[in-house]
Amino acid sequence: MEIVYVYVKKRSEFGKQCNFSDRQAELNIDITPNPELAALYMERNPVDKGVQCSASMSEHEANTERFEMENCGVNHIEGGWPKDVNPLELEQTIRFRKKVEKDENYINAITQLGLIMEHCIKQNNAIDIYQEYFDEEESVEVTEEAPSAKTINVFRDPQDIKRTATHLSWHPDGNKKLAVAYSCLKFQQAPMGMSHESYIWDLENPNRPEITLKPSSPLVTLEYNPKDSHVLLGGCYNGQIACWDIRKGSLVAELSTIEFSHRDPVYGTIWLQSKTGTECFSASTDGQVMWWDIRKMSEPMEVVVMDITRKEQLANALGAISLEFESTLPTKFMVGTEQGIVISCNRKAKTSAEKIVCTYSGHHGPIYALQRNPFYPKNFLTVGDWTARIWSEDSRESSIMWTKYHMAYLTDGAWSPVRPAVFFTTKMDGTLDIWDLVFKQCDPALSLKVCDDALFCLRVQDNGCLIACGSQLGTTTLLEVSSGLSTLQKNEKNIASSIFERETRREKILEVKHREMRLKEKGKTEGREDDQKEDELALNLDDLVSKAEEEFYEVIYSELKRKEAEAMKKTAKPRKSLSLEPGEETERAAGEEEEEKDEDGDEGREDTSP
Amino acid sequence: EVEETLKRIQSHKGVIGTMVVNAEGIPIRTTLDNSTTVQYAGLLHQLTMKAKSTVRDIDPQNDLTFLRIRSKKHEIMVAPDKEYLLIVIQNPCE
Repeated sequence: MEIVYVYVKKRSEFGKQCNFSDRQAELNIDITPNPELAALYMERNPVDKGVQCSASMSEHEANTERFEMENCGVNHIEGGWPKDVNPLELEQTIRFRKKVEKDENYINAITQLGLIMEHCIKQNNAIDIYQEYFDEEESVEVTEEAPSAKTINVFRDPQDIKRTATHLSWHPDGNKKLAVAYSCLKFQQAPMGMSHESYIWDLENPNRPEITLKPSSPLVTLEYNPKDSHVLLGGCYNGQIACWDIRKGSLVAELSTIEFSHRDPVYGTIWLQSKTGTECFSASTDGQVMWWDIRKMSEPMEVVVMDITRKEQLANALGAISLEFESTLPTKFMVGTEQGIVISCNRKAKTSAEKIVCTYSGHHGPIYALQRNPFYPKNFLTVGDWTARIWSEDSRESSIMWTKYHMAYLTDGAWSPVRPAVFFTTKMDGTLDIWDLVFKQCDPALSLKVCDDALFCLRVQDNGCLIACGSQLGTTTLLEVSSGLSTLQKNEKNIASSIFERETRREKILEVKHREMRLKEKGKTEGREDDQKEDELALNLDDLVSKAEEEFYEVIYSELKRKEAEAMKKTAKPRKSLSLEPGEETERAAGEEEEEKDEDGDEGREDTSP
Repeated sequence: EVEETLKRIQSHKGVIGTMVVNAEGIPIRTTLDNSTTVQYAGLLHQLTMKAKSTVRDIDPQNDLTFLRIRSKKHEIMVAPDKEYLLIVIQNPCE
C-alpha cells in the first residue's frame, strides 16, 4: 500500500496523556428506600396483566435477481410415427392406419369411448349445462367498499439517462399496448447523449418495450390513430410533426418539413375525424395551430394564429399548451394556453379572425390539460396552476366549479370515460387524485401517492379501470381502480347533469349581478344629464332614506335621554330647582327637537313614498 | 361397428369434427383436415396426460374418465383410453 499523504503532529502538541489506573469500587451514593413514600401509594391487588406465550417470529425479505423470460412458439410437425412409416408418404400412412383399425383393442376401445362420448354430446344438446339461472336480476352493486386503486405494473425507462414521460396513449383496440413519449422538457437542459427514442410497451411485458420509435428529435406527444391502430402521430421537441407506421418499422414514416413546422415544441397533437382517417392537427407554444394531412406532410393544410385580439399577429399570440377536440363536435376545438386562457375556436369560420369564438380565463398559469366531459360535452375540465376547474360553455366569466388550491402544481387531468362525475388529476409531488363529484366536492375521493418524483401525464383507458401515469424519471405506472369508481352508478348521469346545471345557473346569476353592478358604475361615472338627474333623484331618495333613518334613531336616543333625566330628577329632589331647569330645558328642547324632527322625518318619509 | 359409432357421433347436432388418436399422437381417423388434426392431436394428448396424472396424484384410486374443455367458440370433449383418445369438437347450442 503506497503512502498517499502523511500527517505529522508532535506528541507534545496533543494534550494531556490519558493514564489509566486501577481503583477499587467506591460507593458514591446510597439511597435507601423511604417507607414514608410508600404511604402515598396504594397496593393494587389483584393486578391484571397480559402475558403472551407464543413463538417469536422474525420477518425477512429477500429480493431475487430478475428472471428474464422470453416467449417463443414451438412449431409442431408430425411425429410419433413408427420408424418404418414415412409420414409424408400417403400410402404408408394409410396402410398404417388400416392396420391399426384392424386391431381388436381398437375396436373395443372405440365402442366404449363412443358410448361415453355420445352421452355427453346428447347432454350438451339437451340442456345448456352452464346456463345462468338468475340472469334477469341485475347484480345490484351496492358498492360500500371504499374507493381504492392499486398499482399493477411499472414500466421503467430502459435508458440510463432518464427522461420525463411526457405523453401517453392507449392502443385503440383492446388497449393492450401503451405508447409513451419521452423527452426532457426543461428548457435546453437535455443532457448530452440523451436518447430520442420513445417506446410502445406491451402490458404483459414490463421488462422490455415492444417497439421502439426513433425520431430525429425527442417526442413530446404521441397519439395512436383511433381508426388505424398501426399509425402513430408524434409531436417533436423541435416543432416537427412525425408519423409512424408500425408495420414499416421504427423509423419515421412521414416527417413535416422544418420550414413549415412549429417553432417551439409541439405540445398537443390530436387526430381528427375524417373519412380518410389521415387528418390531424397540432398546437405549440409558438402560438400556432396547424392542420395536417399525413399523406402530405410537406406543409400544413391550414394555420391559425392564437391571437385573441383577432389581428392575426404572431407577436400577440398566446402559446398553446393543450389541445382539445371532441369527435361529436367536429367543427369546434379548444386550445389551452400558457397564459391561463382557454380559447374556443370554430374551424369552419369563414375569416381567420372569426375562427376564435370566445375565451375563458381563470387560471394563473399554463393550462396543462383540457378535456370535455365525455357525457356532457358542454362542460369541460381544465387543469393548471394549483387547481382544477370545471367550466360550462355558457358561462364565460368564470368556471362553474373549482377545487381548492393545492400544495403542489397540478400537471394533468382527465375525465373518466365511464362515470360522468369522476375525474383524475396528477400533481408535481407524485400523487394521483381521483375526484368523485357525486361523493364529495371539496376533496378528492381518493388520493394516492404513486411515486416520489413528479407525475407529468395521465391517461385513462377506455373501460375506465386502468390508469397510466408517467413520471419525471420516465417510469410509467399502471394502476387499477376499484370497481366502485369505474362502474356507472344508477342515477349518476342525472345527478351529474343536475350538479353541472345548478352550478352553471349559480354562475349565471352571479354574472348578471356583476353586469348590473358594472352598469351602475358606468352610469355614475359617465355623467350624461338625464342620467345625472335620474341619479340625483336616486341619490336624493337614498339620502332621504338615510336621513330618515338617522332622525328616527336620534328621536329614540333623545327619548331615552329624557327618561334618564326624569329619573335623575326624581331621585335628586333637593336639587329640584337646579335640575328642573336644565331638565325642563332639555325636555322642552327635546320636545321641540322631537317635533321638528318628527316633521322633518314625516316630510322625508312623504318624499320617499311616491 | 366402429364405422357406425363414429358416423353416429359425427351426425349429432352441433358436432364439428371427430378424431381418433393413438397413444403416440398419431391421428388414426379424422373428419377434419390434416394440419388441424395434427395440432389437436399433439396438444390434447399432452393435456390429457397432464389431467390424468393430476387426478391420479390427488387420489391414486381415481382415474380420468372424461375431459371437457368449454371455450367461447365451442366445446372440445376428450374420452381417454389406455391406448387411444377419442376427440370430438362440438358447438353446444344455447
